[in-house]
Amino acid sequence: MNVVHSFQLDGREIPFTPGQTIMDAALAARAYIPHLCHNPELPPHGSCRVCVVAVKGRHVSACTAPAVDGMEVDNGSEEVQGLRRAILQMLFVEGNHVCPACEKSGACQLQAVAYWVGMLTPHFTHFYPRRQLDASHPDLVIDFNRCILCELCVRASRDLDGKRVFAISGRGQDSHLVIDSRSGKLGDSAFAATDRAAHVCPVGAILPKNRAYAAPIGQRLYDREPISVVGDVAAHERGV
Amino acid sequence: MNVTTPTGVSDLVAASLDRLGRNPEYLLQHLIEVQRHCSYVPDEAVESLATALDVTRTQVRAAVRFYAFLHETPRGSFDILLSDNVTDRMLGNGRLLALLCDRLGVRPGVPRADGRVTVGLTSCTGMCDQAPALLVNGIAVTQLDPARMDRIADLVEEGTPVAHWPGDFFRVDDNVRHPGLLLRNRATDASGLRTVLAMGPDAALAELERSGLRGRGGAGFTTALKWKTCREAVGDERFVVCNADEGEPGTFKDRVLLTSYADLVCEGMTLCARVIGAKQGFLYLRGEYLYLREHLESVLSRRRLDGLLGPDILGEPGFDFDISIHLGAGAYICGEESALLESLEGKRGVTRKRPPFPVTSGYQGRPTVVNNVETFLAATRIVQWGGEWFRGEGTAKSPGSKILSVSGDCRYPGVYEYPFGTKVHRVLSDCGAEHTQAVQISGAAGATLAPAEFDRFIAYEDLPTAGSFMVFDRSRDMLDMVRNFAAFFAHESCGFCTPCRVGSALLRNLVEKVAASQGSEHDLNELRHIGAVMRKGSYCGLGQTASNHILNTLDKFPQAWRRHLRSADYTPSFDLDAALSEARALTGRSDAGAHLEEEA
Repeated sequence: MNVVHSFQLDGREIPFTPGQTIMDAALAARAYIPHLCHNPELPPHGSCRVCVVAVKGRHVSACTAPAVDGMEVDNGSEEVQGLRRAILQMLFVEGNHVCPACEKSGACQLQAVAYWVGMLTPHFTHFYPRRQLDASHPDLVIDFNRCILCELCVRASRDLDGKRVFAISGRGQDSHLVIDSRSGKLGDSAFAATDRAAHVCPVGAILPKNRAYAAPIGQRLYDREPISVVGDVAAHERGV
Repeated sequence: MNVTTPTGVSDLVAASLDRLGRNPEYLLQHLIEVQRHCSYVPDEAVESLATALDVTRTQVRAAVRFYAFLHETPRGSFDILLSDNVTDRMLGNGRLLALLCDRLGVRPGVPRADGRVTVGLTSCTGMCDQAPALLVNGIAVTQLDPARMDRIADLVEEGTPVAHWPGDFFRVDDNVRHPGLLLRNRATDASGLRTVLAMGPDAALAELERSGLRGRGGAGFTTALKWKTCREAVGDERFVVCNADEGEPGTFKDRVLLTSYADLVCEGMTLCARVIGAKQGFLYLRGEYLYLREHLESVLSRRRLDGLLGPDILGEPGFDFDISIHLGAGAYICGEESALLESLEGKRGVTRKRPPFPVTSGYQGRPTVVNNVETFLAATRIVQWGGEWFRGEGTAKSPGSKILSVSGDCRYPGVYEYPFGTKVHRVLSDCGAEHTQAVQISGAAGATLAPAEFDRFIAYEDLPTAGSFMVFDRSRDMLDMVRNFAAFFAHESCGFCTPCRVGSALLRNLVEKVAASQGSEHDLNELRHIGAVMRKGSYCGLGQTASNHILNTLDKFPQAWRRHLRSADYTPSFDLDAALSEARALTGRSDAGAHLEEEA
């Protein structure tokens, strides 16, 4: 007979099979834990830290922590939400995220998660880094100002496309996305619009050209319902 | 002489490939070799290494940008880096830097126009007991003073190769001031290895278990359990790794162990190999200890000749084990075991997700024991002399001794070994510290102790430490320590996770704001807030501990902060006049009207 395994997520019972992470089980049960660098098609990464939850007072990332029978997971307390808010505020000041002028606004996971955790101001002092925009590719454009270093494009290109178009270079505040071509430009790389890596970016860093306002403001992914109902950008990009 | 022509570069890469082979794991070692000969990693080297090792050029470039000792653009023929730990600062490294820059006509970090020299700063080089210190083309120079800086400037201007500089510049003393259980006896006759062969791996493991030895790197995991788990883990091959990436600011005891106790460390690795069934070991040596490589290679060669390494060790058929030395290249994070493994595999030193732990999935995904230098040394003696001998010292939860690196405001900086359970007072009185205001224990990531805590004791259950012990007397401004550590963590954060990557930079900026007398109570609250977010939210130990020094000093030394505050409540971080500088530059104006008036 099968043993039924489960844990409590804010008091709600979530079943799991051994080997699943807290995130895996929550996604399967349609319970929302906010996240940016996680994509169920790729191995967990654990870098954005937005999916942080508290278990017995310890903070762990839901995407990497294995589910354990009977554990009580705090996903919604003000303490946990406050921690996530601060982490999102850090992401906002680190790059140049100008929502009103961004064509991804309304369909951006960073923005949608920020709304969900109640982040209303960037709070910290902006870094205003000087970053480039690379429009050398015929079909896609990459705006490094909006990159949040989630490495979804890096992993999708490597694991799903078998190409290794992207990598992270540098360290600390110098960490940045780089493109594998002799010139370092996207147009000289093996990147193609049909690559999965072209459709996993949770923010407006990698965008298709000439489609900016195809969906008018007010009718975009997160304009009507919150991300906890709508789900990830990548899930909607699939098959587009 | 610098290699700069494309053919020179390709010959150099070819020679390195011939020597080390074409495993992608050796990428970092090839890059270090190229850097050493060219003073940077030229594009030709990036392309040819990518092709030869079958990795992407971005992986090569990413590694170059990650490690502080690798560069994308040429440095000077003489690349001089002054150690910039807080203890170096306390001994005036800033004045010495200014003096050298002045003599040579360079700005810090910028190569001189003729390509002769670069002068800059680097994180702690592990010479705090004979500081200030510097690295010239990677080699340590100690006991700097104005006269020595003058002489160095002359040697650089004359173009005297570093190999021909005066020998006493490179003298590194052990400074063992208080030997204990392990340091007292240097005798090496391979008895530990003979014992493990005689008693068998199970009995050796039992002895290690009886000793209660815990990892000396600071985390304190039970060594016997680590070895046992690795031994039982599923895998076709196993590895032993010695973590000699002693990067915690203020620690240098591994330097001494690798200098004068190297055989015992190698023996510890070898008997670990016997226990777990490994054929290959790595000694990951921090780049700052490049000067030790030749010595360590000669120890390894001698051990091979003596039948203590290589095939059929001590005549035992099938007991094959060898050790190779891998160099680091200036990355504190690589002291963390999973980042170290990434670096051993030639990649950027970014921490891995855990579980799985290295004991089951380490080097190349295979079961691997990673232990600190001191742990291997202790293991050798435990197998030789028995677990009870080791347990004779220390506390119930922390058996044995701990080797400390003592530096800062004291008469006798150096290496001290005490039984666990020794009080901070005792160390202070032995090292000749007076009027002590604070002790920073276990490095920049450790705890700041106020005098009321000096009767606490060194042990995993009270004050765990990897060995760094920095003393600050009452003449010091504790905010100087905080500034040094905050800059250190912002520089050393690997950048993988958000709280550490952004938080460490935010902390550094806020600390500088307070130090510049622009801060307010609000900023102190912000520092606490960011520190707490990093502690709770960061991915690995670096980020989780990077704000300790700030949170500790805010609690224990509030005056050190308050006396720098400009106003009690709030000062904006936005500096309008500074923001106008770009407009001034664009319009070419520098008149008074283009500046804001300073507030009265």
